[in-house]
Amino acid sequence: MIAQGAIPVIPRGVRLHRDAVRDRWVLLAPEKTIALDEIGHAILSRIDGRTDFTTLIDRLAADYAAPREQIAPDVSGFIEALAERRILEVA
Amino acid sequence: MSRIPPPMAMLAELTHRCPLACPYCSNPLELEAQERELSTEDWTRVFAEAAELGVLQLHLSGGEPATRRDLTDLVRAAREAGLYTNLITSGIGLTRRRLEELDTAGLDHVQLSLQGMDAELADRIGGYKGGFARKMQVAGWIGEIGFPLTLNAVLHRQNLHQLPRALEMAQEMGARRIEVAIVQFYGWAMKNRAALMPTREQAREAEALVAEARESLKGKLVIDFVPADYHGDYPKRCMNGWGSVGLNIAPDGLVLPCHAARTIPHLEFWTVRDRSLREIWYDNPAFNAYRGDDWMKEPCRSCERKAIDLGGCRCQALAIAGDPAAADPVCVKSPAHAKMRAMAEAFNAEGESAELTYRHYA
Repeated sequence: MIAQGAIPVIPRGVRLHRDAVRDRWVLLAPEKTIALDEIGHAILSRIDGRTDFTTLIDRLAADYAAPREQIAPDVSGFIEALAERRILEVA
Repeated sequence: MSRIPPPMAMLAELTHRCPLACPYCSNPLELEAQERELSTEDWTRVFAEAAELGVLQLHLSGGEPATRRDLTDLVRAAREAGLYTNLITSGIGLTRRRLEELDTAGLDHVQLSLQGMDAELADRIGGYKGGFARKMQVAGWIGEIGFPLTLNAVLHRQNLHQLPRALEMAQEMGARRIEVAIVQFYGWAMKNRAALMPTREQAREAEALVAEARESLKGKLVIDFVPADYHGDYPKRCMNGWGSVGLNIAPDGLVLPCHAARTIPHLEFWTVRDRSLREIWYDNPAFNAYRGDDWMKEPCRSCERKAIDLGGCRCQALAIAGDPAAADPVCVKSPAHAKMRAMAEAFNAEGESAELTYRHYA
């Protein structure tokens, strides 16, 4: 699980992009395109390089009326899996 | 046939001009002259058409794309079209100032090629004296400006022993990714199969080394690996399927399903000079020739692996088995597999004495 105060960062060279042709959001990264579902987009669109993990979970919990303890492991897993592929960073 | 998906990625071969003379060059034997290259305006239109068609990722390649004087304008046009823009370069021809201009124009990512991991070997393989020193300088500027970096190393009989050093260099340069590709034999590289073909032992050692490094460098460096075709048992999923995910545009505007597709003589390719990219992608019979699996013969047609490898590479099937609709002879089930294996052994036996035949753009 990501530490409470750790800050997830979308590094240079990675960006959210609206794929109008396929009517979906994607994450564009070096030599990789990752199709995002609604949850993936909700997480990534709230990563601004300043918000720490705890606050991120608070916001997602509030916006989606979901229990913190339920979403925290999923969001952490999502971010960690992308960090392992060097697509996100956790500062 | 099921609905044709829009393309995701486009490789724009801006030019065949290149200061290097790599013996494994995969460009065709006949190179395009500068006068036949698409203009800035042509490319700008093609980038916009590509984005509209569904392309998300653009790879600017060559030859050496930095030999195009309008490279910065092309990057700007690509970004304005909304494309993720990647520059595939040897670094030769890039100055600090030019990199800064590319940064301002919005270049997303740089992929830098390595010919060898020290000056002596790199300059010998690239056929360009001083190339390695220059490349190291360019790598420093790339890091200072902050471009995300992928290294790309083509490995073969003469430099495979430097694979561990390539992984170190990637970390020293702050690269997030490295592509380790064992040389593939297409285009000019076919002339150098004896000199470049790794031995079976080398191929296996590289696989083990990559597997180990992926584990130990997890989260630090991503390693993409292309194994040795001639020593494999199952073929690569070439291009992720013919006319399925990506397309290439040659310097003169010819649109190809893959780099080597022009070697298949019965296919007629269309050019962006005459038609829209959309028309070419959906309607060119050459693009439809090997889409889906209706074209497959045995052993592919009834094979449980056909959804995994899609029959492999059409160009390699033609080159070795003599039929572009045959199974890729890398496959153990291909009747031509034994022939390919024997070729590898023969090339390996000759290897020690074979001389490199350099590829010079003249």
